[in-house]
Amino acid sequence: MVASEAQIREWLTQVTDPEIPVLTIEDLGILRDVRHGKDGVTVTITPTYSGCPAMMAIRMEIVRALREQGVERVRVEEVLSPAWTTDWLSQDGRAKLLAYGIAPPAGKAQRKSALFGEPDTVACPQCGSERTSRTSEFGSTACKAMYRCEDCLEPFDYFKCI
Amino acid sequence: MNTREQQQFEYLLRLGDSDLILGQRLSAWLGHAPVLEEEMATGNVALDLVGQARSWLSLAGELEAQGRDADRLAYFRDAFDYRNVLITERPNGDYAYTIMRQFLFDAYHYPLLQQLSGSAHEGIREVAAKSVKEVEYHVRRSSEWVIRMGDGTQESHQRIQAALDDLWMYTGEMLTPDDVDDALLEAGVGADLEQVAWSWHDRVRAVTEEATLTLPDESWMQQGGKQGRHTEHLGYILAEMQHLPRSYPDARW
Ligand SMILES: [Zn+2]
Repeated sequence: MVASEAQIREWLTQVTDPEIPVLTIEDLGILRDVRHGKDGVTVTITPTYSGCPAMMAIRMEIVRALREQGVERVRVEEVLSPAWTTDWLSQDGRAKLLAYGIAPPAGKAQRKSALFGEPDTVACPQCGSERTSRTSEFGSTACKAMYRCEDCLEPFDYFKCI
Repeated sequence: MNTREQQQFEYLLRLGDSDLILGQRLSAWLGHAPVLEEEMATGNVALDLVGQARSWLSLAGELEAQGRDADRLAYFRDAFDYRNVLITERPNGDYAYTIMRQFLFDAYHYPLLQQLSGSAHEGIREVAAKSVKEVEYHVRRSSEWVIRMGDGTQESHQRIQAALDDLWMYTGEMLTPDDVDDALLEAGVGADLEQVAWSWHDRVRAVTEEATLTLPDESWMQQGGKQGRHTEHLGYILAEMQHLPRSYPDARW
């Protein structure tokens, strides 16, 4: 059986980011290419961060998800270019993040970098208030920063722009 | 490898080893950082650096074409084969020392990667373009901390000034080109360290001024890391880092 590339992409919606399980690799924008050739299926992905510890798990999940559908020969390739930015995050992905309690990236990734670039306003994912403050530039995973809402007082993660 | 490839290999080791050794140093703060936020920040910066090291060392291994991958290069070379700049192997000291070491390195790393994002070498260009976005966060954080500590209490000011004084002699090596740097610059592959030095001086001057710190006088600078002449600290770092794969060479996760 030769599955279409659209079918393979459909199957790959089973594969999620182990650190933010509501996002599929497609939502996250790290699924770059799916090709079905004579020598099996080649799936091309790109890391979010250089040291992203989830890449290994994601590779294994891709192979597992496709094997489950009877695709035996799967190769997963990693590319660095063009470098992933938060602009690759899909609209769907942004909505899912918000529903999950993580503030999606505010604004475009390609902003002018200043010595002390102040981040854009980050709205609280719980109550929507824009009165929030950053508690740390670095959060529980490489892609997140920590914030606190000054209105509902909830701490929350912000998926930071890169 | 011909001379040109040999020089490129050396250059890639310098990039990869500096990231790897600093990443290893920072990892030692896990479980010991002064506050939880800093624990996470330090861990994240370490992770970025080790990830970048893997990319650089993979390129080095491909170029060498002797079957050494990034792990092989990281775990099975001795101190004299390492090419990291000396500042990255300085001990962690107190937190002010760790922050100042980070700042002095970040202020060099950021313009270096900006330059390399325009390299004529595709692999170098790609890794640099990826890494520079991560390092932008590093330099912002370390700059903020230098200012907070320098312009903080008498105690924090005194500690971070002492760190600056002690680390100063390790900054020259990063900014001083040698034959390898010159050759790669000429080929359009490497960075222009003169430009990097300008950017470094600008940032270091601006941040230390706001931090009310005093820059040490221009003095004698340590050299040697890029050529494989290291301080006594590197051997201990490698002993810890390489212990497992050297004791159990076939170990797999
Ligand atoms: Zn709120």
